[in-house]
Amino acid sequence: MIKVESVTKRYGPNTAVNNISFEVERGEIVGFLGPNGAGKTTTMRILTGFLPPTSGTASVGGFDVQESPIEVKRRIGYLPEAPPLYPEMEVGAYLRFVAGIKGIPSKEIGRRVDCALRRTSSESVRDTLVGKLSKGFRQRVGLAQALIHNPEVLVLDEPTSGLDPKQIIEVRRLIRSLAGEHTIILSTHILPEVSETCGRVIIINEGRIEASDTPENLTAQLQGATTIMLDVEGPEEGVRERLLDEPGVRQAVRQGGGDGRVTWRVEGEKDERLPRRLAAAVVGSGWGLYSMQPVGLSLEDIFLKLTSDEEAGSPDAGPVEEQAEAGSEEESAAGDGQAEET
Amino acid sequence: MRHVWTIAMREFKVYFTSPIAYIVLTIFAVIFGYFFTTGLAFFLDYSASMAAQGGGMGAPTMNVNQFVVEPALGNMSIVLLFLAPMITMRLFAEENRSGTIELLLTSPLRDYHIILGKWLAALLLYGCLLLVALLNLSVLFLYSSPDWKPVAVSLLGLLLMGGTMLALGTFLSTLTRNQIVAGALTFGLLLLLWVLNWISSFESSTVGRLCEYLAISPHFEQFSRGVVELKDLLYYLSAISLGLFLSKRSLEALRWKA
Repeated sequence: MIKVESVTKRYGPNTAVNNISFEVERGEIVGFLGPNGAGKTTTMRILTGFLPPTSGTASVGGFDVQESPIEVKRRIGYLPEAPPLYPEMEVGAYLRFVAGIKGIPSKEIGRRVDCALRRTSSESVRDTLVGKLSKGFRQRVGLAQALIHNPEVLVLDEPTSGLDPKQIIEVRRLIRSLAGEHTIILSTHILPEVSETCGRVIIINEGRIEASDTPENLTAQLQGATTIMLDVEGPEEGVRERLLDEPGVRQAVRQGGGDGRVTWRVEGEKDERLPRRLAAAVVGSGWGLYSMQPVGLSLEDIFLKLTSDEEAGSPDAGPVEEQAEAGSEEESAAGDGQAEET
Repeated sequence: MRHVWTIAMREFKVYFTSPIAYIVLTIFAVIFGYFFTTGLAFFLDYSASMAAQGGGMGAPTMNVNQFVVEPALGNMSIVLLFLAPMITMRLFAEENRSGTIELLLTSPLRDYHIILGKWLAALLLYGCLLLVALLNLSVLFLYSSPDWKPVAVSLLGLLLMGGTMLALGTFLSTLTRNQIVAGALTFGLLLLLWVLNWISSFESSTVGRLCEYLAISPHFEQFSRGVVELKDLLYYLSAISLGLFLSKRSLEALRWKA
């Protein structure tokens, strides 16, 4: 449905998007994930025909964005980061105007406006001035605007930014309900959004695609190691040595605790039986084992790992791995600190 | 064409939901009304005294068209200098500022749909001003029988001159996201095109004639006398085309740099 081939976009000396390629199948929901300024919006603007790429080609539904922009624009519904609303118009009138410029025949406009309002559950604001809408309704009317011509492709730039948690849940539900009929590309820098709504994630940083897969696969793929948190009562040095003696364990780091009871973070090679062996080792030495918890690498870790700095982008997996662990350590350390305080 | 109309209608309604239309209409109605009534009063006094002196032989024929309509409409071109920037300044600047330009540029529209639509909306509001002028002039037609053809030609001239100013204003509005800047630029450019005419009065060389040709107002003089000259018609039509063409270029450039 959507095909992007080695697209590059430069603004003067700055490269916003650097040679990216990806494809999106019909009916997919794909999430662009990346920090602010990673090139998400630029990529979307190129797809919607708002910006021309410096080089490379993009096509939607078989039509090239540069060569047949009108055909492409007919197939795309676009919600920019700031919904493009005219504050001095009423919602109904605004949607009728949008329907008009999207090329919907006059006879059908009324029906399409009703339909878009219903799908975004915003019938109640039909006669309200756009300028008087709450943030949540602005976003919904923005979505209604993108949906009005029933486009095959929806491009949503940070559809949940600035909404309160309840509204975020509503908008996500709305987006999920649109799946299947529409191919959806959405961008976000909020991680749960991606794992909740998207079938596939494209992680983009500094204008390059760092990874592209399902949220589950991405998590699994990057989890080359097993990390286990252990809460052990026993002599600190003795416990450390015993843990490190266990085959497969690479390191055991003290995370916190006191009074003879210490939380350890043990990292080892990927091995399903490692927790079992560690437990046996601790209990076998006569120490107390209070808790044991495998730590999964969350999407958040992966995101940080892939985007935390320049080197993260290198194809070489070695340093990436280390960085991720460093990042996670800091995080869990912080987490423990909080736990102790409370 | 439907797209152009959709855009024009939205834009036209915005003029009336904001104070702009009312401000512009009020200014125009007051100034035109003043010039027209004083002109008419002067004409009535003068023709009465002429009649009292016996007139007839050798006295110049008094003509409503020449003494009332022509100066009233002629003065309007100066008022336009101030009103045109007010009409056009928001057209694109406001869309650039609020980001709604993104909606227009990602809709299945051609650039010329957008530009023509906006210019047409400005022209429609300007048409309302001309209607106000016509309302004043209709008094003449009720109580006298002036020649309607020069009046029609004058109005056509005003429409063309206004169209030119609005097209240039539309272009300058695409350049910025600040309405005030767009308005100031437009006023500056129109003023410049206005004073070019003064240069021609003390500079009789080629430069002087060139300035006279480039200036906006001299081309209206013939129209106001009820004469349509091809060179004036060409001047206005090409100036309008230039303004709209530059707008299109500017809109394209917006995409490259945005």
